[in-house]
Amino acid sequence: MAPAVALLDRRLVFVTGKGGVGKTSIAAALGLMAVQLGKRVLMCEVDAKGNLADFFETKPNRFTPREIQPGLFAMAMNTEESLKEYLSLQLKVPLIARVGPLAKSFDFVASAAPGVKEILTVGKLCYEVRERNYDIVIVDAPATGHVVAQLAAPQAINELVKVGRVRDQTNWMVELLSDPAVTGAVIVAAPEEMPVSETIELAGRIRTETTVDLAGVIVNKVLPELFGRGEEEIFGRLCEEPAMSELATAVGGPVGDVLDAARLAVTLRRTRAEHLSRLRAELPPGLPLMYLPYLFTRAHGVRATTHLAESLGAELGY
Amino acid sequence: MAPSRRTRSVDPDAARSLEQLLAAKEIVITCGSGGVGKTTTAAAAAAMAATYLGGKVLVLTVDPAKRLASALGLEQFGNVETRVPHELFTAAGVEPRGELWAAMLDTKESWDALVRTHAPDIKTREAILANPLYQNIAGKFVQSHDYIAMERLYEIHSSGRYDLIIVDTPPTRNAIDFLEAPERMADFFSSRLLRWLILPYKSRLVNAASKPFYSVADRILGSQFLQDIAEFFILFQSMYDGFVERAKAVTHTLSDHRTTFVVVSTLETAPVREAEFFIDALEHKKFHLGAVVLNKVLPAYFLDTAATETARRLEQDSAKVAAQMPAALGDPDRVERVLREIGASFLNYRVVATREAEQQKEMAHVPDIVCTVPFFDSDVYDLAGLLRLGETFWR
Repeated sequence: MAPAVALLDRRLVFVTGKGGVGKTSIAAALGLMAVQLGKRVLMCEVDAKGNLADFFETKPNRFTPREIQPGLFAMAMNTEESLKEYLSLQLKVPLIARVGPLAKSFDFVASAAPGVKEILTVGKLCYEVRERNYDIVIVDAPATGHVVAQLAAPQAINELVKVGRVRDQTNWMVELLSDPAVTGAVIVAAPEEMPVSETIELAGRIRTETTVDLAGVIVNKVLPELFGRGEEEIFGRLCEEPAMSELATAVGGPVGDVLDAARLAVTLRRTRAEHLSRLRAELPPGLPLMYLPYLFTRAHGVRATTHLAESLGAELGY
Repeated sequence: MAPSRRTRSVDPDAARSLEQLLAAKEIVITCGSGGVGKTTTAAAAAAMAATYLGGKVLVLTVDPAKRLASALGLEQFGNVETRVPHELFTAAGVEPRGELWAAMLDTKESWDALVRTHAPDIKTREAILANPLYQNIAGKFVQSHDYIAMERLYEIHSSGRYDLIIVDTPPTRNAIDFLEAPERMADFFSSRLLRWLILPYKSRLVNAASKPFYSVADRILGSQFLQDIAEFFILFQSMYDGFVERAKAVTHTLSDHRTTFVVVSTLETAPVREAEFFIDALEHKKFHLGAVVLNKVLPAYFLDTAATETARRLEQDSAKVAAQMPAALGDPDRVERVLREIGASFLNYRVVATREAEQQKEMAHVPDIVCTVPFFDSDVYDLAGLLRLGETFWR
């Protein structure tokens, strides 16, 4: 089921999910798809652990966006740089260097004051959207909990900071973030216990604690079903004598390992299917759920990203 | 004569199995990226240690996995250490030599406990605990999660309540964050910045050097908010000495010879990269790397030549093979499809198994103990499951 507002028609897309589910690779694939649709794309990695560059096989990203493919720009969020940019753009603070202690103090203030790092992150992203420097900004957002703090930061700041320039800025950010035609969040999940539990929790939190539209859940690494109806029984008989020996004769080689492997594949698929049913049952009704097959690929890097973009394109209807 | 594996090693660094390593150490810290089975590995190792090594074993986790809690017979993990019921071991068919205890890290509660310990008097203590800013940031404060994990570990270890403590580390944004958390905490509390920020609110004087900072900060945050922060830190600074001393002691615990690190990973690209990064960081800091546990490793038969040949035949000549099978097996078209599917599935998984085997070979700087844990048929849902998992990496 596709989202109400097509994902890539939005201008700001947050991709989040628990570590290990393939969040960054999905973000990269979305970026690739957007470029193939002829859009001018900014990809931003916000997760400090991000390895977005690996998926395009480019050098590590920096705060200043770099064109890594025609039309595809990549940057890494850095809240200190974001603050400097904000100060020079908005406050017209002259000669940042002379605010000497600022850089040093920054980490301290930012860590102590709730929401400062978050607002600098979201602020920079919203700024790029508002200025229409790109057609779409795709964010490799931090895993689960952190992303809620970021998406909710503008309102939170409104409540905490009673006066000051930051507050003047938060209204237009809230407006951008709350508009489903502009902004959407996507949770990437995998059909495993913890990722499913965290996805359910996160979906609830995004809906209750932020104003951002939850555009959908992408379930990654879905294993294929081996056997259809009536075929399981045949497989069952094959795993027993005399069929096993007959198969060994027919094929002219050992079959034990191959049958074990098939049994493993069936079991893995089955356990994961249970987690998937739980996900379906507990997510808010009507929320688009998209499935991506596990890719048995030997490729890494940009080739693997291309594979993923292809299957994601099929699922999203591009 | 070759030295017997059974000989209890005098040098703990010469341990050759996880059993020996855990027998020789008092603190085991598991680390690795998210989703690799770190928490389950920590719990399984603790269950094995309680069963076979005896003594009091504590698993300290940050992960609120409900099923793991129920596997340990607990309603839920709490900040308070709870003993895993003996009956659970009996039900799993083992008679444990020791006791297994479990606790989950609650960052906010742990901070409160820390404030209670270090506040100079009741008045300051209550003022800090009631401060809205404190309540807001106790969970977010300067990588407080990482720090509090190490702090809790230190507190429990120095209490002498346990023979072995296995800590499951928080999923940090950067793997080495929590290693540096105690140092950073000490730096933070002894920093000039802190004094500097507080100064004008103490003396009502802003000196020439700090003026630009305040005027900028004022314009961004508003002076009321800045003052709130300052007041909070003035209160907090009364705990300065206790904190710095404590943070130093915590750092020392990490490099103590009784502490070891176990890096957990799968053989997927990103976790392996992070595991390697972590191993380098441990080496750099001269911390003891005890073992690497590789989870969810595909069975070795996927790399077997004869099996691969069979799979190829099944995929390519499925019709021919199916024709030779007795009719009793089932509808010939279906039999053919089943055979082709079995072959194709094997070859698919073989691609992954080959890539992962390569990945493992390329891992540099691995310790003596590298355990591989096979893909489990089902999720671990009880103590027996944890012990079954533990058996795969124990000896």
